[in-house]
Amino acid sequence: MKNKLLARMARLGGLSSALLLAGCEMDVLDPKGPVGDGVKSLIATSTIAMLIVVIPTIILSVYFAWHYRQSNTSAEYLPKWSHSNKIELIIWGVPSLIILFLAVITYQTCHSLDPYKPLEAEATTKPLHVEVVALDWKWLFIYPEQGIATVNQLAIPVNTPVDFVITSDSVMNSFFIPRLGSMIYAMAGMQTQLHLMANEPGDYLGESANYSGRGFSDMKFRTLAVSGDEFNAWVDKVKSSSEQLDGQTYPKLAAPSEANPVEYFAHVEPGMFNTIVAKYNNGMVMDKSTGKMIQVQSAMSDMNMKE
Amino acid sequence: MLGRLSFSAIPLDVPILVGTFLGVAIIGLAVLGLITYYGKWGYLWKEWLTSVDHKRLAVMYIVLALVALFRGFADAIMMRTQLAMAYAGNPGYLPPHHYDQIFSAHGTIMIFFLAMAFMTGLFNFVVPLQIGARDVAFPFLNNLSFWMTAIAFILVNVSLFIGEFSQCGWLAYPPLSESQFSPGVGVDYYIWAIQLSGVGTLLTGVNFFVTIVKMRAPGMTWMKMPVFTWTAFCSSILIMVSFPVLTVAVALLGLDRYFGMHFFTNDGGGNQMLYLSLIWSWGHPEVYILVIPAFGVFSEVVPAFSGKPLFGYGTMVYATCSIMVLSFIVWVHHFFTMGAGPDVNAFFGIATMIISIPTGVKLFNWMFTMYKGRVQFHACMYWAVGFMVTFTIGGMTGVMMAIPGADFVLHNSLFLIAHFHNVIIGGVYFGYICGMNFWFPKVMGFKMNETWGIRAFWFWFVGFYFAFVPLYVLGFDGMTRRMNHYDNPEWHIWLLIAEVGAVLILFGIVCQLTQLYVTIRDRNLPANRDVTGDPWNGRALEWSTSSPPPPYNFAIVPHVHELDAFMHDKENGIDTRCAGGPYAPIHMPKNTAAGFLIGVFSLVFGFAAVWYIWWLAAIGLIGVIGTVIARSANKDIDYYIPAEEVARIENEHSRKLMAQAAE
Amino acid sequence: MAHDTTVQTAGHDEHHHESPVVFGFWVYLMTDCIIFGSLFAVFAVLHNQVNGGPSGRDLFEYSGLAQETALLLISSITYGFGMIAAHKNEVNKVIMWLGVTFLLGLGFVGLELNEFAHMIHEGNGPDRSAFLSSFFTLVSTHGLHVTCGLIWLVTLIVQLMGTTEIPERMMNKLTCLSLFWHFLDIVWICVFTYVYLASMI
Repeated sequence: MKNKLLARMARLGGLSSALLLAGCEMDVLDPKGPVGDGVKSLIATSTIAMLIVVIPTIILSVYFAWHYRQSNTSAEYLPKWSHSNKIELIIWGVPSLIILFLAVITYQTCHSLDPYKPLEAEATTKPLHVEVVALDWKWLFIYPEQGIATVNQLAIPVNTPVDFVITSDSVMNSFFIPRLGSMIYAMAGMQTQLHLMANEPGDYLGESANYSGRGFSDMKFRTLAVSGDEFNAWVDKVKSSSEQLDGQTYPKLAAPSEANPVEYFAHVEPGMFNTIVAKYNNGMVMDKSTGKMIQVQSAMSDMNMKE
Repeated sequence: MLGRLSFSAIPLDVPILVGTFLGVAIIGLAVLGLITYYGKWGYLWKEWLTSVDHKRLAVMYIVLALVALFRGFADAIMMRTQLAMAYAGNPGYLPPHHYDQIFSAHGTIMIFFLAMAFMTGLFNFVVPLQIGARDVAFPFLNNLSFWMTAIAFILVNVSLFIGEFSQCGWLAYPPLSESQFSPGVGVDYYIWAIQLSGVGTLLTGVNFFVTIVKMRAPGMTWMKMPVFTWTAFCSSILIMVSFPVLTVAVALLGLDRYFGMHFFTNDGGGNQMLYLSLIWSWGHPEVYILVIPAFGVFSEVVPAFSGKPLFGYGTMVYATCSIMVLSFIVWVHHFFTMGAGPDVNAFFGIATMIISIPTGVKLFNWMFTMYKGRVQFHACMYWAVGFMVTFTIGGMTGVMMAIPGADFVLHNSLFLIAHFHNVIIGGVYFGYICGMNFWFPKVMGFKMNETWGIRAFWFWFVGFYFAFVPLYVLGFDGMTRRMNHYDNPEWHIWLLIAEVGAVLILFGIVCQLTQLYVTIRDRNLPANRDVTGDPWNGRALEWSTSSPPPPYNFAIVPHVHELDAFMHDKENGIDTRCAGGPYAPIHMPKNTAAGFLIGVFSLVFGFAAVWYIWWLAAIGLIGVIGTVIARSANKDIDYYIPAEEVARIENEHSRKLMAQAAE
Repeated sequence: MAHDTTVQTAGHDEHHHESPVVFGFWVYLMTDCIIFGSLFAVFAVLHNQVNGGPSGRDLFEYSGLAQETALLLISSITYGFGMIAAHKNEVNKVIMWLGVTFLLGLGFVGLELNEFAHMIHEGNGPDRSAFLSSFFTLVSTHGLHVTCGLIWLVTLIVQLMGTTEIPERMMNKLTCLSLFWHFLDIVWICVFTYVYLASMI
């Protein structure tokens, strides 16, 4: 029985190292942008630091149980021994040092990977602004600078920082593109922020990471990271759509739908995003630059968007 | 007349539920029939259902927990099967409406009715015996707590066949759980089940806190208290501090739903983030409520089977207390991704990591208890060593998620699911099953079958890794929790492996059932009888009395001289029992039907409130208040066991002990 | 549920003569304290969320509030007299003082219900805004506790009638209710200060 125990432990060790190797192909561990890179190296550093304690703990607990088994009468037996200052010092000290180390990198990365912090690339490259609205059960992307909007498809130019402002016109969701890095909640009446960037062209999965009801499983979008020219061509394609997004068409879009197809809106009414936020705040919205609440002044604010 | 209730609420169109109902009905009728056939109704009523004896209540709690395990596991394997099937256009066999209820019920049942009930069962059995008390401080409230938990579990299961259960996950985050988005009765079932079982749990917390503070045997100072009792004490404090917050959070959600208030709604000025803060300032202490007693179990089991005292008792106590305190300042780590600033996140992340220090110290303490010992590989030790290995991994992934930067990609993914099952199965469940194997002979007077116990361990242990390591991988691969179907072909293979794990765990549960069956079948074999009451050469006071203990536990309340009181007495030739007396009459509480009645009326009230049948709710509420008042007026609540009866029981046990010693 | 704790006595034990009932009830009250604490926290978070509706300054009136507070504070004193009588074993006096306490408590609940009815009638019910939701919930949780106390008072008065002395179990019940009643007073002072005064200033 005891041999079996060791054999199983060995096999588990093998399995987990195989998994670490396989990790190279996984979304979160194979990021395509600077935020994801930062997170990946954080995960790697912290895992290695913890393995300093974890591996000896696992080995020793199995080894002690095995070595001091009852049938091994040659092992030393101290039936009264139950205290040692030296051991106490080590078992408190070593984990404390590791946690101290992790605490330092936690504090640093909380700031460096803060989703609200603009990326360094914004110093040199003008960022793209995208306003994201979580709806039942689809994602609406508004490009205020381009004046267009899409559903369930997000196109971004590579090597350009993207500033997302995120809200919900329904329940709580979480906006997540695993290949690019961090996620953030989408909540009605509130605006959360996220800064991401893609370094490599590709077609990446985007999803909601917070369960939002019946249609949650299909609340997915594709993130098209493309070159600048291709992005402009994509904008033109959206602009050639016959659909418009305004106070009349929005309620129809916002009504619950499952596995919603990609939709393009050639024109979106200005101030749409603020109106969606403000309708849960008595017409007020927080101005991101000053942090003050302001009254939404838009043509749409009179429209009853709750219907 | 019937509020929202109508025939259409009965899901006759869902074959799985109709089949389940028939199965439950047939088994239920068979059980009821057998009880009637053997004429056991009177016995069941007088000796069990109305019992205020903590030992009987312990058994009822654990039976309840095992029933909850079957329900919760059935949910689990259904989910795994759905996800093994539902990819690339295949919708699987569970539509979202059904699947969403299953994962909500799975979490609710496993935490509130498996883990909490099992834990309370262990508290009930062990704590009074370990501190040399004759019962808990409030035996009637103890019975009432049990019934509140039991009827809440019944209410959850009623939702299977009448109406629906919540589809909002086990914590029912608003605004999804608000009536705007969940107009059905599911969330109302959830609310009332949580509130009713919460009453029971809160009373349990108060009861055990007072018991431990006030009723320890003379000489048992705080630092001579067994570690399991320490953990029960810390857990009770956590219950008392955190459960009222849960009550408030869920009550406010209920007020939103029933009276159109605006605590957590999108509109009207409601604040959904407030609910997250409230529910997690209960939720995080809750996981320590569950796991700290499991640590206590290992602190009793590892010394007993290593032939040594626990290494670093003082450290263990301080570590437990510091975990208790720290558990209150970490709740924000459940929603780093809500957009609090980097400093807030860093504070809560670091606070969370600090908990891993005392927790790690505990692991080392158990390790050094085995060091230079004589480790017997009893089934309990398999669970204990399996725990140490598994829990260490769970702890590591926990610290990873405590780093906000990393949590920003791992939050709500299957990595999270793998992490908390890693600590809850590998920590809590392994611990409780270990405790059940350890204390079973004390409860029943005969030992559990070891062969099947070890088989159960291996299936659970290996099954756990098969079921949850793939989930870690899937978390890294961007798969989120609560997904009903998917189209990513890379995920499929891992979900198939996880399904294999679930089947292995099923075998583990079958082995546990077989273990119970074989144990009861072979109970009279001489090798299985626990004649002495001390089958493992135990260290604490519970092993000094007979197995099963007499109703009064200790004929003469023992005096405690040292930590590991019973071991100290054995080594120094002191007779802890003071066999031979002289004995005095013992004052005991009488059994009462009040707890059962309050439970039944509460069930009526809860069911009626779910369906808006207000006249019936009024009957339930008046029934509860009436029963409480009637109980308060009842003067016939206690009795004395005569000294002669005590002497007879004690001498009988002494005779058995001597006969055993003579062999 | 508050009075559950009193309705039993513990399995006695020759080494612990004092009953754990009063201590146990006190511990229970501490958990109740956390319920109120959470409700105060909720009120603190939501009290500015008036949703375009009235705020505390627009709604609260001094006069009714002063009466409510006076009734409740005096009822604590009368209960205190009842406890003094109980310690002297003067059953009839205890019944009398409990009766007075009951009437004062009833007056408090009556005034509170009147205030609520008035607000709801004017369209400022708990479904008007998050502020009013939290206001009604906090204040009526206190009121519900007082109502439970009233039921408890009646129960004890009835149980005391026709008896001539106060046994230990009854004394424990009276002490527990005393703790409960004074506790509600303290909570009311917090409600009065934090909910009413702070909103009106």
